[in-house]
Amino acid sequence: MLIKKGAEASLFLKDWQGRKVIMKRRLPKKYRLQEIDKKIRTYRTIHESQLLHYAKEAGVPTPTIFMVDLADSNIIMEFVEGKQVKQILGGLSFEERQSLSKHIGELIGHLHFNEIIHGDLTTSNMILTPSGKVVLVDFGLGEKAVELELRGVDLHLMKRAFQSTHFRYAKECFKAVLEGYACVVGERGAKEVLGKIKEIEKRGRYISERRKAEE
Amino acid sequence: MQKHNSAQKFCLGIEATADDFSVGILDFKGKVLANVIDAFMSETGGIHPREAARHHAKVAGEVISKAFQKADVRPKDVTAVAFSQGPGLGPCLRTGATAARALASYLNVPLVGVNHCVAHFEIGKLATGAQDPVTLYVSGGNTIVSAFDVGRYRVFGETLDVAVGNCLDVFAREAGLRQSEGMPFGAMVENLAKEGKELVDLPYSVKGMDMSFSGLLTAAIRLIKRGKYRLEDLCYSLQEVAFSMLTEVTERALAHTEKHEILLTGGVGANKRLQTMLKTVAEEHKSRFCSVPKQYALDNGAMIAWTGILAYKQGMITPVEKSFVRLKWRLEEVNAPWVEE
Repeated sequence: MLIKKGAEASLFLKDWQGRKVIMKRRLPKKYRLQEIDKKIRTYRTIHESQLLHYAKEAGVPTPTIFMVDLADSNIIMEFVEGKQVKQILGGLSFEERQSLSKHIGELIGHLHFNEIIHGDLTTSNMILTPSGKVVLVDFGLGEKAVELELRGVDLHLMKRAFQSTHFRYAKECFKAVLEGYACVVGERGAKEVLGKIKEIEKRGRYISERRKAEE
Repeated sequence: MQKHNSAQKFCLGIEATADDFSVGILDFKGKVLANVIDAFMSETGGIHPREAARHHAKVAGEVISKAFQKADVRPKDVTAVAFSQGPGLGPCLRTGATAARALASYLNVPLVGVNHCVAHFEIGKLATGAQDPVTLYVSGGNTIVSAFDVGRYRVFGETLDVAVGNCLDVFAREAGLRQSEGMPFGAMVENLAKEGKELVDLPYSVKGMDMSFSGLLTAAIRLIKRGKYRLEDLCYSLQEVAFSMLTEVTERALAHTEKHEILLTGGVGANKRLQTMLKTVAEEHKSRFCSVPKQYALDNGAMIAWTGILAYKQGMITPVEKSFVRLKWRLEEVNAPWVEE
């Protein structure tokens, strides 16, 4: 059953060897040459599987991978039971929201500490399981990188996600995220990234922040 | 009084962001009466901002009178003067703005500062009948995937470094090609690419919704210098990789915004291979593919005049003391209240 159709990949919910699984398929694109298409799809399939694995090594829960099918560019992975953080954040009390945000910050801290960039940190890509674990999904835009710039962009995206979907408590949530982040990477590391975020926001691309920064 | 009939009201637009100096005259209904373009062409390719600005200053008067003649409109019948206020090359923009200010104050009509990128979108919509498209704007200076959302044109993806047109131009120059009138670098690369057979491995760089062409350019130039490959194959490979990147980002924006039209504009939009790729995506998404005709896809005065009319009708005029040029004017900064949601 198709549960999400993206421009690049589609997610199917399937029964596989008696398990409920997610199959992430990267479908061929007719507009590009087959050679280029195959190369891109294969590369991204391998890359995403690796990142899911690296994240686990870093202590960040991600779906378990059952099979990587390079011939068809499929990843078959665990279906994570739970709710998207996006759906539940609004219904939490202030304290609960704070502690969840802080926990998310810790997870991001673990990723960055281990040189992993998620690439699409939004509250829809975080699943809260019934046991209270937060599982990060969709590393499709992620990469392994050491650059401070990329860590800055990653966290900046998180901030934007809060602002666009959880406007009323964006500020407090992001603050808690940074707190959790600092617990893992250390005060100095957190300060460095925070400085970078400010710099990114001052660039032309993010005009409203630039105005605010100039005021 | 006839003045209240919108077919009897005219706007003159001056475009001078880069190598073209162009003047367009439209009536308020959107009929293009004149669109005169005078391009600065250097021997070696590329644009030296100061030389281009000198060219603009030299031809400005002549191009303006030619436009009036062509449109058969008297200067005193002009209701507003629009000009490209940015983004673009400083000296060129300032030359265009000076001409516009002089003309507006001489005729005693309001001045309307127009964003160059917005103007490309608006004339594209006027010329093709597109209503609410995802636009891919590709030229020597810009590479933007944009769509309208809540009052403004938003940037969904763009280049992180050089524009795709610039990438093709520099590649062609490094390959020793020389452009001539009517045969720009882009067209030469396209022609050579048709003879290409073997795909050479080049880096494909899409980062989220953004693209990077500088690494692709460096790699391609390195391969020319190595001399191991046919130039035709390199042109072919460069095009295939660069255009696949553009199409991927455009498709993502189309899926994300759930719009049903793709509008292709800018000089690189003349490339048939790029058109074919986008057409394929449009068909898959049951969307309409609109390619802007060349005279309105390249930098032109008509687009400035038309966007000037749209803004003027909303009461958006630019007082002279606020008509300074804006070299890095971002698309998202521009309010576009004339667009219906």
